[in-house]
Amino acid sequence: MRTLTDLSRPPAGPETTDRHTAPAEPRQAPTHDSATLHVTGRARYLDDQPAPVDALHVAVGLSPTARGRLTQLNLDAVRRAPGVVDVITVVDIPGKTDVGPVFPGDPLLADAEVRYVGQPLFAVAATDFKAARRAVALAEVEIDAQPAQLDAVAAAEAEEWVRPPHVQQSGNWQQALAGAAHVLEAEQFVGGQEHFYLEGQACLALPNEDDGVIVHTSSQHPSEVQKLIAEVLGVAFHAVTVEVRRMGGGFGGKETQAAPWACLAALLARRTGRAVRMRLPRGDDMRATGKRHPFHNRYRLGFDAQGVLTGGDITVIGDCGHSPDLSEAIVDRAMFHADNAYSLGDARVTGIPARTHNPSNTAFRGFGGPQGMMIVERAMDDIARHLGEDPLTIRKRNLYRPGRDVTHYGQHVEQTALLHEIVSRLETDSDYWARRDAIRTYNASSPVLKKGLALTPVKFGISFTAKHLNQAGALLHIYTDGSVMINHGGTEMGQGLHTKVGQVVARELGLDNSAVRISATRTDKVPNTSPTAASSGADLNGMAARNAAMQVRERLFDFAAEHYQFDREAIRLENGDLVVGHGENEHRIAWGELIQAAYLGRVSLSATGFYATPLIHYDRTTGQGRPFYYYAHGAAVSEVIVDTLSGEYRVTRVDILHDVGDSLNPAIDTGQVEGGFIQGMGWLTSEELKWDATGRLLSDGPATYKIPTIGDTPPDFCVSLLEGHPNSQASLYRSKAVGEPPFMLAISVWSALRDALSSLADYRVRPALDTPATPERVLFAAQDLRRVPETKTPAETPR
Amino acid sequence: MVISACAVRASDHNDNPMDTPMIEFYLNGEAQRCASLAPETSILELLRNELQRTGTKEGCASGDCGACTVAIGEPGRGGRLDYHSTNACITPAHQLQGRHLVTVEGLARGDALHPVQAAMVECHASQCGFCTPGIVMSLFTLHERQRQSPVALDDACLEATLGGNLCRCTGYRPIQKAARHMADQPDVRPPWAEDPRLDDNVAALGDTLEATGYAIPNTLETLHALRRQYPTARLVAGATDLWLEATQRLEAFETLIDVSRVTELQAIDETPDGWWIGASVTYARLEPLLDAHYPAFARLLRRLGSAQIRNRGTLGGNIANASPIGDTPPILLALDAHLALEGPNGARTLPLDAFFLDYKRTALEPGEFIRAIFLPRPEHDQHLEVWKLSKRREDDISAVLGAFAWREENGCLHDVHLAFGGMDATPRRAQATEAALEGHPPDMATFDAARQALARDFQPLDDVRGSAAYRRLAAANLLERLRLTIDHDATQEVCLDAYAH
Repeated sequence: MRTLTDLSRPPAGPETTDRHTAPAEPRQAPTHDSATLHVTGRARYLDDQPAPVDALHVAVGLSPTARGRLTQLNLDAVRRAPGVVDVITVVDIPGKTDVGPVFPGDPLLADAEVRYVGQPLFAVAATDFKAARRAVALAEVEIDAQPAQLDAVAAAEAEEWVRPPHVQQSGNWQQALAGAAHVLEAEQFVGGQEHFYLEGQACLALPNEDDGVIVHTSSQHPSEVQKLIAEVLGVAFHAVTVEVRRMGGGFGGKETQAAPWACLAALLARRTGRAVRMRLPRGDDMRATGKRHPFHNRYRLGFDAQGVLTGGDITVIGDCGHSPDLSEAIVDRAMFHADNAYSLGDARVTGIPARTHNPSNTAFRGFGGPQGMMIVERAMDDIARHLGEDPLTIRKRNLYRPGRDVTHYGQHVEQTALLHEIVSRLETDSDYWARRDAIRTYNASSPVLKKGLALTPVKFGISFTAKHLNQAGALLHIYTDGSVMINHGGTEMGQGLHTKVGQVVARELGLDNSAVRISATRTDKVPNTSPTAASSGADLNGMAARNAAMQVRERLFDFAAEHYQFDREAIRLENGDLVVGHGENEHRIAWGELIQAAYLGRVSLSATGFYATPLIHYDRTTGQGRPFYYYAHGAAVSEVIVDTLSGEYRVTRVDILHDVGDSLNPAIDTGQVEGGFIQGMGWLTSEELKWDATGRLLSDGPATYKIPTIGDTPPDFCVSLLEGHPNSQASLYRSKAVGEPPFMLAISVWSALRDALSSLADYRVRPALDTPATPERVLFAAQDLRRVPETKTPAETPR
Repeated sequence: MVISACAVRASDHNDNPMDTPMIEFYLNGEAQRCASLAPETSILELLRNELQRTGTKEGCASGDCGACTVAIGEPGRGGRLDYHSTNACITPAHQLQGRHLVTVEGLARGDALHPVQAAMVECHASQCGFCTPGIVMSLFTLHERQRQSPVALDDACLEATLGGNLCRCTGYRPIQKAARHMADQPDVRPPWAEDPRLDDNVAALGDTLEATGYAIPNTLETLHALRRQYPTARLVAGATDLWLEATQRLEAFETLIDVSRVTELQAIDETPDGWWIGASVTYARLEPLLDAHYPAFARLLRRLGSAQIRNRGTLGGNIANASPIGDTPPILLALDAHLALEGPNGARTLPLDAFFLDYKRTALEPGEFIRAIFLPRPEHDQHLEVWKLSKRREDDISAVLGAFAWREENGCLHDVHLAFGGMDATPRRAQATEAALEGHPPDMATFDAARQALARDFQPLDDVRGSAAYRRLAAANLLERLRLTIDHDATQEVCLDAYAH
């Protein structure tokens, strides 16, 4: 039984513990509302849902070619294969054939043109899953192959874009460069990332009695799935109901890219009149769906003798794949974070969404932000090496501060003091300078093994940059036994959103958390919802749920004031009672009794809640505005040890201090910080996407694509939530979003690897280290540094 | 006896169930009888499709993510069931014959959670929850072992247990914490654990099976007979590689002969010169022997694959598979191992060196199989180092694996055996490099010559695990690491072993 939690005073979290003892669990924090279901195997994921015995199973035929014209698609043998009931190609789609989420460009099934390896060409429905998959292999596909564009930089130069480039500019960047005491420039490649949600893409479509369908899907955006299915079927939106109970991981990979499979299943369900199950086998999932965008970044930045940026020019080129998908907003967010926590001075930031013949790259935790931050973090290290300073010194000098507190896109950074406090507290708590000295001593006498240390901050903007998405709805019911049901537009993918929203409603109604239940997210309960993305799930949906709860509460107060003749102003809800007065004058009405009375008194016990984020705006024509309601902050110190003969390395210690405002649930928030960090570390270290020269993905399964395992978790890993700093904006109980920001704390690992490598050339050289920094890349970087002459790097720009 | 849906359906087709041999096993304490399973059916397919037990998840269907981890109880010494973890997605369903299968649904007693489950909840160790059933089952096997003989739950132990369970959400820290808090929970036993007859009942089901398309013999004689009867049948033991043909390439096997329970192939026979290790001996069973005699080899085993793989995969399979990136062959080559082969024309022995002919091609004659591997006893002054390079430390395939055996006499290197995996179409010795080292002092000049020789020995290829240039450089650098390791004056650490748990 969960206990009532006062959200305004979060229980002692991990911060109160000594770092050298194992962090105590914040036991008081409510556990994930499905935790018991998870550990007993009773939590149902998509493919666990019971379906009618005659349900069909779908497999999809994928293009083996990156680019070309489909000259023949002979599916006769497929249709004749055992168990096959239906086979569809693009001509069988009754409505729209394009399922592009924002801009067109994503054919549900290929027409004449093939645009990436893994593009769906046709779909097969059969009586069992293996039969469908075996039938797919019988297709005769002929494609007249054409040269594929697989190089994003070449595509950018050739002006092959999925959307036009975008520029943000503040001040005169050319003059800043011309007048700078020092100028450096560099390029970097930042690799992509496979989501590797443990539950692959999956859905179940059930035809209903009229022209519609009910679709269960593993999607972060049920409203968009509903819209696209309706458009594909050519029916009104109200004919389609989409339900999401939970996802076995999403991370952005199910924001737009769950929809095509649901559309195919829905279409096959309508055609056959039977329930249709669909799931992508892991290999198909990895080949057919988009990933985190690889980026090619470059900077040319000027700075003064202290290493403080005066201005310059940054370009970020995102490899968007074949279609726009969400790439415009993703490249925008890379641009919005090209400053990370530092004032760039007078700067121009250009973003180019390049079109290549790859799967359409898509949302992934951080949404371009991590890739954008990488370029300025590279610059910070480079400036330090150039001036012979410690990278932390340079970072601290460049942090936003009063007087240098407006971003290159015109937003005022409010909590500059907080940024400085986080960095300086972590600097002290992690013994940064003592360890720095110890590491220099160690490295001086260790020819093969080299240690590295880095502290990097994070400042991450919270809000959808597409303004209209910053809205949410909720539907609250109180039943006559007093039990409460809340539905909202957000989806549960493991982040604990339902737990947090349930806590909000319980708090507003003075109830125990166990009195509030959240069922699935359904488009027929809360309509026109935004995706659960941009870290906004609790911020938006929690506020909408709170709004609904407050409406019902006000009605109950009105009723109680009249019915029980209570002083309206003195009524409150607490510990499962309606209460007026204090001490001897206190009167309590039990919640269940109150609800019964209110029902008999003909009070509506149901409400819809709504929320729209205030204050935000952004003008894409000028590249200026206030796109973010607030920023979330954090910092991490990572220490590594590198074997410079093999390129192998270990992350030995990580200290994190992260800002979640007033935490809604310290246990869940700590979990997001730890998990986000490790996922970010995987992105920058072992997770390597490899394609062959024809555009075929080679790393198409967990045997070849390596996400972190338990042994990669640093043996000394201390995560603290910053306490005592409520959000400066009126967010949900002054909390802050936590889904994405911690991901970028892992940049400290990459920076620490560069630090260790720099020791090979007495910390005077700026090693190139593209990501992921696999042992292979680290070894080659070490090899390059050993060849560097004693003097300065030749790559440096002459003045 | 509870008859499962699966068995009911089977008996619909057979008036006398004895006519079609059934797989008989226990699932969470309940007797199950299944027939009519295709040979390539996995335990996961049996659970999810036939038995409608969907608690066990499919994450990859290739044995790499651990979401499908289940525990198999196998009659052991003293008649007690020993539980080990396995990946249900690549374990043949027929291997359940005479076993007790425990899944995530079989741990709690009503609302009372098993200590593993309670600790996972208390420590906030699930987020999306999809990997959680697999993690619970890996921890369950650890918990069972802890009940018998508790060990310190240090990082090394947790990695050895959970290295094959991928979690994409938590970063593992709360899972480590849960593992360490299992013992603090109320000692709730699974309902089946209180059935005093369960262990005997499972053992009574018998070890052997001769089902349509799938035979499990338990003697060498029966194995020979089956091979004569089904000359084209493929052999299966741990299935950790073969089953990928079923799950990834959707192969339908006509007939499989399972060698995993053949007594003679399971034996480890000690001789004065070394050990004959039966081809079906799993990596897990090999660990104590190697710990005692070849610690460098033992350390490699922990990086060869996850616990789930080490529990099923066999030494014979790793050799017969003849992959260029199998992890044990380079070590066995460096140690001068040889093989006992048996086939229609009798038995013979063959140096391992002569076994690998080309990419995935071996010296096995038609119908021949590996019976045992001879591992020589280490000379008292023999050194062995085994270094594996991969993108990820745990549960990854080698980009390069080097095995180095030598002796030192009068300041010179002798009996130098170097073998590499990942550098050619087969694992093989580096003959020119060995020659450059043999009889020479381990100095810079010798190793310079050795590195040049290595470049003549191997012309590696580019692939998803590493470029040819990386393989060349890294392999040459392993020779430098070797020099530094031998250099008695060097006081500095030269590799990250100390930082591996």
